[in-house]
Amino acid sequence: MAFNIYDFTSFNQSIDKLLYDNLPPFWALIIEMTLIGVAFLLFYALVGLFLVYAERKVCAFIQNRVGPNRVGPYGIFQTFADFIKLLMKEIIHIRKADQFLFNLAPFIVIIASFMAIAAIPFGLGLHAIDFNIGVFYVMAVSSLGVIGILLAGWSSNNKYSLIGAMRSGAQIVSYELSVGMSLVTIVILAGTMQLSEIVEAQRNGWFIFTGHIPAIIAFLIFIIAGTAETNRGPFDLAEAESELTAGFHTEYSGIKFAFFFLAEYMNMFIVASIAATVFLGGWMPLHLGPLLTDLLGNWSLKFNTGVDFIPPFFWYMGKTLLVIFLMMWFKWTFPRLRIDQLLKLEWKYLLPINLFNIILMALIVLMGWHF
Amino acid sequence: MNAIIEYLKELFGGIKTLLTGMKVTGYYFVHPKEITTQQYPENRKTLKMFDRFKGEVSMPHDENNQHKCTACSICEINCPNGSIEVISRQVEKEDGKKKKELDTYIYKLSMCTFCGICIKVCPQDAIVFSQGFEHAVYNKEKLIKTLNKPGSSLKEKVKE
Repeated sequence: MAFNIYDFTSFNQSIDKLLYDNLPPFWALIIEMTLIGVAFLLFYALVGLFLVYAERKVCAFIQNRVGPNRVGPYGIFQTFADFIKLLMKEIIHIRKADQFLFNLAPFIVIIASFMAIAAIPFGLGLHAIDFNIGVFYVMAVSSLGVIGILLAGWSSNNKYSLIGAMRSGAQIVSYELSVGMSLVTIVILAGTMQLSEIVEAQRNGWFIFTGHIPAIIAFLIFIIAGTAETNRGPFDLAEAESELTAGFHTEYSGIKFAFFFLAEYMNMFIVASIAATVFLGGWMPLHLGPLLTDLLGNWSLKFNTGVDFIPPFFWYMGKTLLVIFLMMWFKWTFPRLRIDQLLKLEWKYLLPINLFNIILMALIVLMGWHF
Repeated sequence: MNAIIEYLKELFGGIKTLLTGMKVTGYYFVHPKEITTQQYPENRKTLKMFDRFKGEVSMPHDENNQHKCTACSICEINCPNGSIEVISRQVEKEDGKKKKELDTYIYKLSMCTFCGICIKVCPQDAIVFSQGFEHAVYNKEKLIKTLNKPGSSLKEKVKE
C-alpha cells in the first residue's frame, strides 16, 4: 500500500517509543494513559458543547424559529455561556437522599460513556483501545449507563425520579436486544468483531451498500433502538417533562445535572459513531467497489484516489454528524411513545424483524450474494 | 394468514405516517424563509402587528376631532376589573333639550387584562384595540390615560 499521510500509527509509535526509552515502564504507561484521558476529556467537552448548540439550532429551524442568536455570531457561544452558568449554580443538598449513591450516579453515567468512546476508531491509528471484541465491548459498556440512571432515580427519594428510572430500565433492557441483534447482523457479514477490521473490511464499499437489503434493515433498526437507548425523544419517557417533571434527574442541580446532560449528548454521539463505523464505513472514504470499477473503468480509480485526500477524521465526523442529525430529526418530529407502545414496538416489531433479518443475512453471506 | 397481512399493513402504514411527519419537518428545516420569529428590538421600525392584535384600548377620532362615544357607560359596567371610567356632563341644546355628553373617558391600562369585552359591548363601536404594545413607563400614573382628545365632540349620526 502507498504511504498514507493520514496514518497516525507511526506518530503514535514514536511517542510511545520516546516515553518508554526515557522512563520506567510504569510511569510511561501512566503518562500515556493521562495523555489519552486529557485528549478525550477535551474532545468530550467540545463535542458536548457543539451538540447542544446543534440540537438547539436544528430544533429551532424545524419549529420555524431562529434559535440561539445573541451570544456571538449565530449564537455559537450560547452553550459556553450556559455551561459557565451551570458550573456556578449552587448544588442543592437533598436531605433525605441516599448521599453516597446520589453522588455516585452521575459519575457512573459519564464513566460508562467515557469507556465506550475509548473503543471507537476515529481514524487510522486514532484509536485508544482496539479490542478483538470491540463491538461486544461497546455494547456491554454503553449499557452500563442505565445503572447510573437507576441509582439516580432510587437515591433521589422522589417518586418522579423513581418512575423515570424504572421506565428507563425497562426501555434499555428491551432495546439493548435490538441494538445487539442489528450489530450481530453486520458482524455476520464482516466476520469479525474488531472495530478496526470492520472498518478495513469496508474499504471497497460500506457495509450498508455491500450488505444491501439486510444491512439497510439492520441500520434502520439500529438507529431506532439506539435512539431509544440514549433516552432521547420520541423515547424520552425516562424524563418525560410533561409527566415526571424531569424524570431521574429531577433532584440534581448544578454540575451534577450538567453531567447527566452531557452524558445524554455523548451517548447520542457514541451511538451515532457506532452506526457510522459499523454501517457507514467509519473513517473509510467512500470508495467505489470492484463492480462499479468494472463499469466505470478509469474514472472510478480517479474518484477513489480523490476521496482519499479528505482526511479520515473528517469522513468519520461527517458520517457521525449525519446520523446525529437523523436522530435530532426524529426527536423533533415524532410525539413521545406511551410505555406500552414503546414495549410493543420493540417486542412485536423490531425483535421479530431483527431475528428474520439475521437469518436473511446469514443466508446471503452463505450463498455469497453480497457485493 | 390474515393476521400476517394485518401485521404487515400496520407496519408499513406506521412507516408511511412517520415519513409523512419527517417530510413536513424536513421541509421546514431546509426552508429558513418559513421562520416566523420576529427579531423584535432590531425590526422595531418595520414591525407591523396583525389586524386582530389586542394592544391597548383606544378611541378613534376623525379629522374633525369627533368620536363616536355617547357616554352610555355600558363599557364601564361590563369591564370586569374596573379599568374604565366614563365621566359625562349634561349640556343644553339650542332647542332647550338636555343631553348627556362625554366629558372624559378614563382608561386605566395598569388594570386592563385585554379581555376585549368593552369593545364587544360598545353599541357605537366607539372604542377599538390599537396596535401599540410597548406599555413600559417609569411612572404608574402614566398608565391612566384619557382616551378622548381635548375639545373633541360627538360625531352626529347621519340620517339615511
